[in-house]
Amino acid sequence: MIRRILILLIMLLPAMPLQAQERSITIASTTSTEQSGLFGHILPEFARATGIAVRVVALGTGQALDVGRRGDADVVFVHDRAAELRFLADGFATRRDHVMFNDFVLVGPAADPAGIDGLRDTVEALRRIAAAGAPFVSRGDRSGTHAAELRLWQQAGIDPAAGRGAWYREIGQGMGPALNTSAAQGAYVLTDRGTWLSFRNRQELRILVEGDARLFNQYGVMLVNPQRHPHVKAADGQRFIDWILSEAGQRSIAGYRINGEQLFFPNATQPEPVS
Amino acid sequence: MSDLSLAFDAALTLVATGDETLSRIILLSLQVSISAVLVAALVGLPLGALLAVARFPGRHGIIITLNALMGLPPVVAGLVIYLLLSRSGPLGSLGLLFTPGAMVIAQALLIAPILAALSRQVLEGLWEEYAEQLRSFGAGTWRAVPTLLWDGRFALLTVLLAGFGRASAEVGAVMIVGGNIEGFTRVMTTAIALETSKGDLPLALALGLVLMAIVLAVNAAAQVARDAAVRRAG
Repeated sequence: MIRRILILLIMLLPAMPLQAQERSITIASTTSTEQSGLFGHILPEFARATGIAVRVVALGTGQALDVGRRGDADVVFVHDRAAELRFLADGFATRRDHVMFNDFVLVGPAADPAGIDGLRDTVEALRRIAAAGAPFVSRGDRSGTHAAELRLWQQAGIDPAAGRGAWYREIGQGMGPALNTSAAQGAYVLTDRGTWLSFRNRQELRILVEGDARLFNQYGVMLVNPQRHPHVKAADGQRFIDWILSEAGQRSIAGYRINGEQLFFPNATQPEPVS
Repeated sequence: MSDLSLAFDAALTLVATGDETLSRIILLSLQVSISAVLVAALVGLPLGALLAVARFPGRHGIIITLNALMGLPPVVAGLVIYLLLSRSGPLGSLGLLFTPGAMVIAQALLIAPILAALSRQVLEGLWEEYAEQLRSFGAGTWRAVPTLLWDGRFALLTVLLAGFGRASAEVGAVMIVGGNIEGFTRVMTTAIALETSKGDLPLALALGLVLMAIVLAVNAAAQVARDAAVRRAG
């Protein structure tokens, strides 16, 4: 009997795609693009057009770029312009293209203890949060959103680290966990709009500040330099980049909606806005 | 409706509709964890048996190390395997990172010490009973290892199940080395973590219920098989 079970188990094994044979590329990208459902919408279209399957590893931007640096992905698709330009300057890619944008929003509890509801000026909103000592959850994970948040604090002239252990809470996790934590603690948090729109566990959280030009969030795409990492699938990776920048790819991005609301706005054909 | 009853509803719906994505995830979870148990058993069980019968310098050190390694944090195991399998690491040319193969290796690393430590304990008791008898047949230490493993097979099944439990419940290591890629390396635990971070708590809990049902079924099947085998062996 035991022997029969063992035989059965061993028969199960060959079904396992230890080394999948299908044509595929690996993209290191961000939790915002994966968890908002964008990839689920656009990748099947790309696969239909080219026969190339795309494997997405979703991490924070900092980690995704690290994966690219180590040569563990063929393409990186992230949203932290400064970090992307460093990646480029270090020779891990030879060019960067801008693909699409959306925006960040500042969400917080409906009770709004810092009184920021309806402000358009994010920097002023952060000043009021710090002054009120109201709980604020930070990603704290070197993600694109974390980088954007730190830039905003800097513009406000506030060092949030001073609030560590009190109102400033760095959780070192993805956008979803940060929103879950904020919902549970009634804290303010900076989030990209895509993740926010697809997030289910909002409880008392709502958008309090939006529409500030400083909340602009640009996504860029880069092929990992095959001269640095010879095993990079350069041809197929470039096909993905060409496709996402093409009219078909850009239309696919614009076509992704949740409850009728568009999440990402393609802008590859326009000059990149630099804030 | 409360979140819990929502989760039960969602779990039933998932199972009743035979959701195809879910079946793929379940199949991969089973393949990865069972493969990891088999790989770990190839190393762990003979090592456990050897430690049970042989007396050599350093034996205590190995036993203590194995016991300590039972508590190896999955995240650490995952990180070590990640660095080994990364394209910039020593085994990078295998191209195994972000594949199910990498997940098998990480889980096998986690449970091999468990299998070795637990099987040593089980077999040591058996050895005390049999040592005289086996020696009288002129069996040396090396010959005793396979005999002991065979005679202890029913008790070792429980050891294997403990390893399977740890493997299938683990999330930290497979998340790092598998990358939670949809349709390729997403397993039950990483899917649960993903739904939790999307804030879909009922769906996450529903997946958790399905996972627990599967683990329960595997254990029940193993118990039935064991009982049948014991009866046949008389």
